[in-house]
Amino acid sequence: MGENHPKKTNSDDPVIVVEGLTARFGETTVLDDVNLRVFRGEILCIVGGSGCGKSTLLKLMIGLIRPKAGRVLMGGVDIAAVDNEKLNRIRRGIGVLFQSDALFGSMTLGENVGLPLSSFTAISVETVKRIVRMKLGMVNLGGYENHYPSELSGGMRKRAGLARAMSLDPQVLFFDEPSAGLDPVNSAELEKLILGINADLGTTMVIVSHQVDLVLRVADRVIMLDQDVRGIVAEGTPQELRLSVTDPHIRNFLFREDAPVGKG
Amino acid sequence: MDESEKLMTDTASNPNYELQIGVERGKALTFFLRGRISLYDADQLFSEMKASLSQQNPPAVRIDLAEVSYMDGAGILTLLRMEDNVQKAGIPFALVRVPEEIRGMMRLIDKEGINKPPLRVRSETAGVVEGIGKISMQIYADFASIMAFLGELVAAVAYLIRRPREVRWDDVFFYMRRVGAEGLPIVGLISLLVGLIIAFMSSLQLKQFGANVYVASLVAVAIVRELGPIMTAILVAGRSASAFAAEIGTMRVNDEVDALVTMGFDPIRFLVIPKLIATVIVLPLLILYADLFGILGGMIVGIVGLDLTAYTYLQASQRSVTIFYLNSSLVKAAVFAGIIAWIGCQRGFQVRGGVEEVGAATTSAVVTSILLIVIVDSAFAIVLHYL
Repeated sequence: MGENHPKKTNSDDPVIVVEGLTARFGETTVLDDVNLRVFRGEILCIVGGSGCGKSTLLKLMIGLIRPKAGRVLMGGVDIAAVDNEKLNRIRRGIGVLFQSDALFGSMTLGENVGLPLSSFTAISVETVKRIVRMKLGMVNLGGYENHYPSELSGGMRKRAGLARAMSLDPQVLFFDEPSAGLDPVNSAELEKLILGINADLGTTMVIVSHQVDLVLRVADRVIMLDQDVRGIVAEGTPQELRLSVTDPHIRNFLFREDAPVGKG
Repeated sequence: MDESEKLMTDTASNPNYELQIGVERGKALTFFLRGRISLYDADQLFSEMKASLSQQNPPAVRIDLAEVSYMDGAGILTLLRMEDNVQKAGIPFALVRVPEEIRGMMRLIDKEGINKPPLRVRSETAGVVEGIGKISMQIYADFASIMAFLGELVAAVAYLIRRPREVRWDDVFFYMRRVGAEGLPIVGLISLLVGLIIAFMSSLQLKQFGANVYVASLVAVAIVRELGPIMTAILVAGRSASAFAAEIGTMRVNDEVDALVTMGFDPIRFLVIPKLIATVIVLPLLILYADLFGILGGMIVGIVGLDLTAYTYLQASQRSVTIFYLNSSLVKAAVFAGIIAWIGCQRGFQVRGGVEEVGAATTSAVVTSILLIVIVDSAFAIVLHYL
C-alpha cells in the first residue's frame, strides 16, 4: 500500500500499532489478522459497509473488548496485557466521541466535561470550572455549562461529547460515526471542528464512519474494511485511492462509481 | 360519492370496480376491468374471475385493464394470482391494454420473491427435555454472571477500603436520600398496618384465654425478628433494586458505561459502590424505623381493642425484645442491603442490546433480589435459632 503520507503526518512515529488483530463473536470471525498503524498528527478514517467490523475495530483499539489474537500497542504498550489500573491510566490519554454522544444524563454539561478533570487531577474547583468553560467554548457551547444534555439538540450534544472527550487534552481522539443523526448544517460544523482541532492542537484522530463524503473530505489516510475479507481491502490517502483502486465494489463504495446493482 | 368517501366505504358487498366478461365462442375469455381495484375488493374480484373461468374453460384468458382508474399492490397481486392459476391449468394468459401507472407498479414487484419460501423456518416448540436443558443452561449462565459480578464487587470494595477518598461520597448521599429518606412514608405506613393486622388477628385468639397482654410481645417479636427486616427489604428491593437496574441499564444502552470505561473510570467503583454504601447504611435505619411503626400499629390495637395502657403495652414489648434480636436483625439488614445493590446493579450491567432489555432487567432485579432475600432470611432463621 502507498507509503506516501501527507506532510503533517509523521510516518516514523506511530501512536497506535495494531498487529495481527483477530476478533470473534461466538462462531463468527469479524476481523482476521488486521494490521494497521496510526501516525502522530494524522486523521485516519476507517470506512466500510455495515457489519464490516469497523465498530469492533474501534472497540478493540480503545480496549473495550479484548482481542482473540493479536495486539494493540498504544504508545508502545500492549493494552490487552496490562492490568486495569495501568489501562485506565492509558485511557486518560485518549478521548472517545461515541455515536450516541454518551453524555451522562444526570449531570450538567459542565459536570460532564469536568468529571475527568476533577477525578484524575488535583486542580482546584475554580480551575476545573475555567477549563470546562474553555473546552465548551472551543466547541461553540460557551455558557451552556449548567444545561443538562436532554435540554440540547443532537448537534449540540455531539459537540458537548467532543468537549468532554477533549477535557484531558488527549493525544488521540476516536470518533464513532461522528455525523450520524446530524443534519447537514450540524454535520458541517462538527467537520469544521474536527479539522480545526487537528490543525491547531495536532491531535491524532481515528474516525470510524460509513459516510464516505465526510471521510474523503477530512481524512489524511483511509482504511477500508470488508465483511467478506474480514480485514482491510484498501488503504491510502483519498487521492491515492481514487487513482489506484480498481475493484468495482470498492470504487462504488468510496466514489459511487461503476454501480454493479440498482438504477444508476 | 366523492374520493374520500370512496376510500372509507370500501366494502366487499359494494365493490368499487366493475367486471365485464367477454366470451367469444372457441376463443379467448376476456375480463374487462373498470374503476378502482384495491385491497378491499381484491379477494372478491379474484373469486368472481375464478368462478367464470371454471364455468367457461376457455382456450385463452386475457385481462383488459384499459378502464382501470386506480389499482394498488393488492390489485396487482390479484392479477398475478390469476395468472398463476390460469397458467397452471395450461391456458395461455395475457394482460392487455395496461396503463402506464400499472406497468410501473408491476416493474417493482419481484415475482419470484412472492413465492420464495422463508429463509428461516419458525422453530417448532422444543421438546420437554430440550426445554429443561435450555432453561438449566440459562440458569447456570445467569448464576455464573451474578457470581462473577459479586467477585468484581468484592474486589472494588477491597480496593476502596484502602482508598476511601476515591469513593464518590456525593453520590452516596444522593442515594441515601433516594433509598432511605424518600422511602420513609411507604415503609412507615406498611409497617404500621402490618403491626395492626398482626395485633388484631392474634388478639382475636388470645382474648379467649384472657391473654391480652401477650399480644404486645407477639407483635414485638414478630416485627423485630422477622417482619420488620423482611418487609422493609422487600419494599426497598421494589423501590431501589429496580431503580438501580433501570439507571445502569439505560446508561449501557446510551454507551454511557462504555464512555466511563474509556475515560479511565472503573464502572463498578463509579456506579455500584455509592449505591452499595448508601443502601447498607440506610436499610438498617429504615428497619429500625419500620420496627417502631410496627409496634405502634400493635399498640393502637392494644389500646383501642384490648383496654391496655400504652405503658403496659410498651413495657411488655420491651421485655420480649432482646438486644440480640435487634442486633441480629441489623446484621440481616446489612446483608439484605448488599443483595439489593448487588442484584440491582448486576441486572443493569446485564443489559446488552436495546431499550426493551431495560424493562426486563428491572423486573428481574426485583424478582431475583426478593428471592435471594427470602432464601438468606430462611438461612438466618435457622442459624440464629442455634446461636
